[in-house]
Amino acid sequence: MSRPVAAPPVLTRSVVLRVGPWSFRAGRRTLVVSGVLLAAALGVGLLGLCLGGGSWTAPGEVLAALAGHGDSVVVVREWRLPRVVAGLAFGAALGLAGAVFQSITRNPLGSPDVVGLDAGAYTGALFAITVLGGGPGTLAGSSVAGGLLAAAAVYVLSLGTRLSGLRLIVVGIAVNAMLTALNSWIVLRADLDVAIAATGWSSGSLNGLDWDEIAVPIAVIVALALLPAALSPAMRQTALGDEQAIASGVRLNPLRLLLVLAGVGCTATVTAAAGPIMFIALAAPQIGRLLAGTAGVALAPAALAGAVLLSAADVVAQVLLAPVALPVGVVTTVIGGCYLIALLARKARRAAGPPAS
Amino acid sequence: MKTDSSGRRAGARTDSSGRRAGARAGSSERRAASAARRRVVVLAAFVLLLLAALVASVCVGARAIAPADVWRALVGADGGEAYLIVHDVRGPRTLLGVCVGAALGVAGMLVQTLTRNPLAEPGLLGVTSGAGFAINVGGLLGLAGGQAGQLALASLGAALTAVLVYALGSAEPLRLVLTGVALSAVLSGISLGLRLTLPDVFDRYRFWSIGSLAGHEQAPLALPATTIVLALAGAVLVTRPLNALVLGDDAARSLGGNVVRTRVAVLVLVTLLAGAATAVAGPIAFLGLMVPHLARRPAGGSVPWLMAYTMVLGPVLLLASDVTARVLLPTGEVPVAVVTAFAGAPALIWAVRRRGRVAA
Repeated sequence: MSRPVAAPPVLTRSVVLRVGPWSFRAGRRTLVVSGVLLAAALGVGLLGLCLGGGSWTAPGEVLAALAGHGDSVVVVREWRLPRVVAGLAFGAALGLAGAVFQSITRNPLGSPDVVGLDAGAYTGALFAITVLGGGPGTLAGSSVAGGLLAAAAVYVLSLGTRLSGLRLIVVGIAVNAMLTALNSWIVLRADLDVAIAATGWSSGSLNGLDWDEIAVPIAVIVALALLPAALSPAMRQTALGDEQAIASGVRLNPLRLLLVLAGVGCTATVTAAAGPIMFIALAAPQIGRLLAGTAGVALAPAALAGAVLLSAADVVAQVLLAPVALPVGVVTTVIGGCYLIALLARKARRAAGPPAS
Repeated sequence: MKTDSSGRRAGARTDSSGRRAGARAGSSERRAASAARRRVVVLAAFVLLLLAALVASVCVGARAIAPADVWRALVGADGGEAYLIVHDVRGPRTLLGVCVGAALGVAGMLVQTLTRNPLAEPGLLGVTSGAGFAINVGGLLGLAGGQAGQLALASLGAALTAVLVYALGSAEPLRLVLTGVALSAVLSGISLGLRLTLPDVFDRYRFWSIGSLAGHEQAPLALPATTIVLALAGAVLVTRPLNALVLGDDAARSLGGNVVRTRVAVLVLVTLLAGAATAVAGPIAFLGLMVPHLARRPAGGSVPWLMAYTMVLGPVLLLASDVTARVLLPTGEVPVAVVTAFAGAPALIWAVRRRGRVAA
């Protein structure tokens, strides 16, 4: 590929890294923002390690325990660390899935939780528990299948309506409502012990996760995250519009299929492990985009913002009503719903009133 | 039959054969008469459906009762098992279903007609969840004791949510739906949090987070039923001015209508209907969406007929959903809101797709 003759000013403020045949280019601001978000995520993670279970441990002691010294080694390493790691990894996965879907639909509202993929993945998980009764592998596979089916249903039902922004979303809302109804029917039909387990998990919760439960999901998430990362240059081209993307050598349909697979995979893996956690996938990509000041949805800031959001929401969920451990999904729903309403209000003002400037 | 696809407003779609009728002016009167006859026939069919739904609602359940036994229980007072079930459980529950179904159907129809938005519906716009949330919060403050208190709280919550959602999302039909869904999500999250914090206080109010007709057979129906009946009467009175408003604000004004007064009256009625229905049955979504869409084609753009059909079809759909809710599980029953959501969401998809085709 030939270099442009006169690079626009934006490109000059970017960092290019070349290793052999591979090259990597990122905006300087994106890099700085990603670094700051990473630091914030680690900070929130440390806070989560200090706080867990309603009691406070000094940060120094936590760090010592992480290194393997002191009295609280078991508490910190075996009890709190899995939860914190899960919060960071699952948040990143949800942020990534949201970024992928928002860039495919070119719509800040087109995230997997709004269009019903979480509910579909949850249906798959419930089906695995109540009917198939298999192990974690069946659970993960079934929830991925549920998410894919929900995605396919939303896509097919929005065909012929020009897939235009809000219409896709409202079809997604309808599919979401049907799946949620189906889910509550499955839970009510199930045996009592299954039903109790499923209800505790139905609003999305990180309570009581241990290493055995999160090892496989995290490995899957890391593997899936490589896919959008590898495809991100092509994603940037598609942000310019279909014609532009095809003209610059992007094969659109295979790209979209791979991205949808990665996005649904991330969402479904998180749902299988922690239940449907709403609104992280909606908010994180937009927060990352605002901070990084990019035109399209940038992947790394979105994933890191998701990690920060979910772990912060989990800390809030543990502290807010201290003896009661709220499911983290409740906190993300309230915060994310308010965010969605604010988003809509801003758009409505922009649509109704004269331009502010 | 090929329908007039360009007829976006209901009024333009009175009859697909209308244009042909214009060519043969002599037959237009006969056509109008046949249209009126058809509407009456449809209404009679709907009333028959309602009767069937009433019978099914009394007969079907954990213990099936033969229609003959129901009749015997209704006319005589033998005090047997069937008598007890019919008089104390299924009868009141069926009445409740009729009231709530009519209230939600008419509320949906009024909102859709007023906002000219085929996707509007109290459940989907979050108005019923607002009412349920108000009862939950009232319970926390110790206000939701009596039935009148609950009714007042529900109406207040419904009014506040309606105003909020409408202020945020009125610019575009689809956006209105999205705003309502987001607001419902926030309110349900807060309700769940409150309930987890104070489980003993909120166990009584859990009912108002998901709509169901079960478990309230013994509650006195007089106050909510009176409210609903009065509001329905008000809705009947408002059909004429609303029929003019359908033509547009200017046309309504030149026909001698008071546009602002009609609007306010309709909003008050919607609030009362949705609030009262939620106070007795919890938030039930999608019913107010489905019913007017089913009723619109036979009504053919006439608001009074639409109102009549909605009043009959609302109870039919709710009772049918309630009967389904009773038989879906081998043990116990599903909340009826689950059934209406499953049956009604396709109506939303259909409405959205239809709008898509019209706009394209």
